[in-house]
Amino acid sequence: MPILPSFLRQAFRDLSSQKLRTTLTLFGLVWGTAAVSLLLAFGNGLHTQLVKNTAGLGNGIVITWPSLTSIPFEGLGKGRRILLTERDVDLLKKRSTLIDAISAEFSETLRLQNGSQVRAAGVSGVDVPFGEMRNLIAREGGRFLNPLDVMNRRRVLFLGNELAENVFGEEEPVGRTVKLNGSPFLVVGVMKKKIQESNYSGPDRRRAYIPETTFRALTGQEYVDQFIYTARSVDQTEAATAEVASILAAKHRFDPGDEEALQVWDTTGMMQFMNNFMLIFNLFLGTVGSLTLVVGGIGVSNIMNVVVEERTREIGIKMAIGARGRSVLGGIMLETLIITAAGGLLGIGITAGICALVPAAGLTDFVGDPKLTSGVAAVTIGLLGAIGMLAGWFPARAAARLDPVVAMKS
Amino acid sequence: MNLKRMFKQNGNGTAGANGAVIHMNDITKIYDTGKIKVEALRGIDLAVKQGEFVAIVGPSGSGKSTLMNLIGCLDTPTGGDYRLRGEQVSGLGRDQLADIRNRRIGFVFQNFNLLPQISAFENVEMPLLFGGVSRKRRRARVTELMEKVNLADRMHHKPTELSGGQMQRVAIARALAMDPDIILADEPTGNLDTSSGTDILSLFEDLWRQGTTMLIITHDPAMAKRAQRTVEIRDGLVN
Ligand SMILES: Nc1ncnc2c1ncn2[C@@H]1O[C@H](COP(=O)(O)OP(=O)(O)O)[C@@H](O)[C@H]1O
Ligand SMILES: [Mg+2]
Repeated sequence: MPILPSFLRQAFRDLSSQKLRTTLTLFGLVWGTAAVSLLLAFGNGLHTQLVKNTAGLGNGIVITWPSLTSIPFEGLGKGRRILLTERDVDLLKKRSTLIDAISAEFSETLRLQNGSQVRAAGVSGVDVPFGEMRNLIAREGGRFLNPLDVMNRRRVLFLGNELAENVFGEEEPVGRTVKLNGSPFLVVGVMKKKIQESNYSGPDRRRAYIPETTFRALTGQEYVDQFIYTARSVDQTEAATAEVASILAAKHRFDPGDEEALQVWDTTGMMQFMNNFMLIFNLFLGTVGSLTLVVGGIGVSNIMNVVVEERTREIGIKMAIGARGRSVLGGIMLETLIITAAGGLLGIGITAGICALVPAAGLTDFVGDPKLTSGVAAVTIGLLGAIGMLAGWFPARAAARLDPVVAMKS
Repeated sequence: MNLKRMFKQNGNGTAGANGAVIHMNDITKIYDTGKIKVEALRGIDLAVKQGEFVAIVGPSGSGKSTLMNLIGCLDTPTGGDYRLRGEQVSGLGRDQLADIRNRRIGFVFQNFNLLPQISAFENVEMPLLFGGVSRKRRRARVTELMEKVNLADRMHHKPTELSGGQMQRVAIARALAMDPDIILADEPTGNLDTSSGTDILSLFEDLWRQGTTMLIITHDPAMAKRAQRTVEIRDGLVN
């Protein structure tokens, strides 16, 4: 297109002839763009960090402790202890339609011995799905418990990373044997380091895990301390919890609405709260940023109105020698595009710079790492583009509709 | 000039049935300013033939500029019939009128109407730009025109660095750029001193001798005398 270079030259000439106004408008756009993208980027980082922190306990799990009844039921008084065994967990596995994975958990503090070194350690007897549900991920060279371990009541042990370090120091624990209450156990895996903000019996890094079958044989413990499960989807968690209560209530004869008989910790509630919180947070940030951008847009509109006003005569002359309305409109829009794009690029650049600086400043644990994702960039550019083009459109259209005779007289 | 062939291959290059470049019949123009209506033109009949040099004279406020704006398709008449080279002009849209102004009309104004921030060269180039002429051809054409108006050495000066007579010569070069059917000039020497005015007048005569059709509004008796024909407007009518 042979016209473009000359239009571009014209655009730059116009913008630079109004240095102060252009600078101020540019500043507004840069600030608005940086604000929107920074806020979104920080929101993103914070969300990721929060998810990471809560995922330490598990991915959308429900933890249930059988306890004492608080409502009399079918002639049975309140204060009755509900005792569950692994058969109850098997029953849930069989009957429930909403549960995705479930595992009983037996726990006790046992004597852990490595050579002459003896210490007390919190040990849980669990089923295979427990590992994935609770994010107990083995670091390289090891594994979590597997179905054969549980079926064959193997004496194998999965160690929390801090416990492993305390027992073995710098040595590699996998493949070594320790004694639990005097019986030898083979270490099959060590937990990969993770951030865990909440727990119910001490952080996982200080615990050890063995097959539930082995646990019962070793300790003679019959009743589960708690069981954990996940629903098929997070939305179905509440329904799954009700289903669990009704199945167990029917068997153990308590009121399914008795909130004490089965004490429930639904961690998805926390997740949902967090998601809502982040949504509101992002909406708030987005609104603040957008308003700033709108102010920048008003600046653009203003500057373009002045451009049109100051150039009315010039536009009239151009029309007299054959400029179509479209080319006048295009010229104004091009200027709008240049100033908007310049502001946007600078703003995004600032955001990218800050995103790069935060991890280096060691702030990650507080605010997470702000991330300038393609989504953030797309939202910002889309918003900026829409505001900029809208701001340019009306002055441009007014210019294109000028009457050449009248315009030339101005 | 091959520009003519480039842009006018659709047969419009021939004159109308009666050989007229401009053919106006009972043209009226009423300015409606809301409170009052001004009848600027009250039924103009005018025909200008190919290659003619016509001077339009008349007292101030008689409607000369209004008539020129209508001929130049800068404005549309309230009533009447206007044909440019046989082609009906009324009823055309804004873009089509812009194209007619670009390709068939060359305007020369009393106050030059050059764009002040760009060079003489770029001013002359402007209509070629709107006409979609390639960069190479534009360059050649502008250079040729600047030589024609005797300003080859001032091509890269801005209008503010030129004298009134030089500015008007740039404007004439611009008017000629797309090789129009007719040059319309509205008091082209009105803002010039006598000697610059004489220069412009002889430039117009040269152009006319080379075959350009000219329609010039003037108060200058010397210019009116050089024209082949004089049309006098009085109170919105041809006298
Ligand atoms: N845009 C306009 N609005 C209203 N009246 C106008 C306008 N342009 C011209 N006129 C009026 O039309 C009449 C003719 O004006 P014009 O064509 O400029 O005359 P001339 O060029 O012969 O001096 C005048 O009375 C003038 O005031
Ligand atoms: Mg006049």
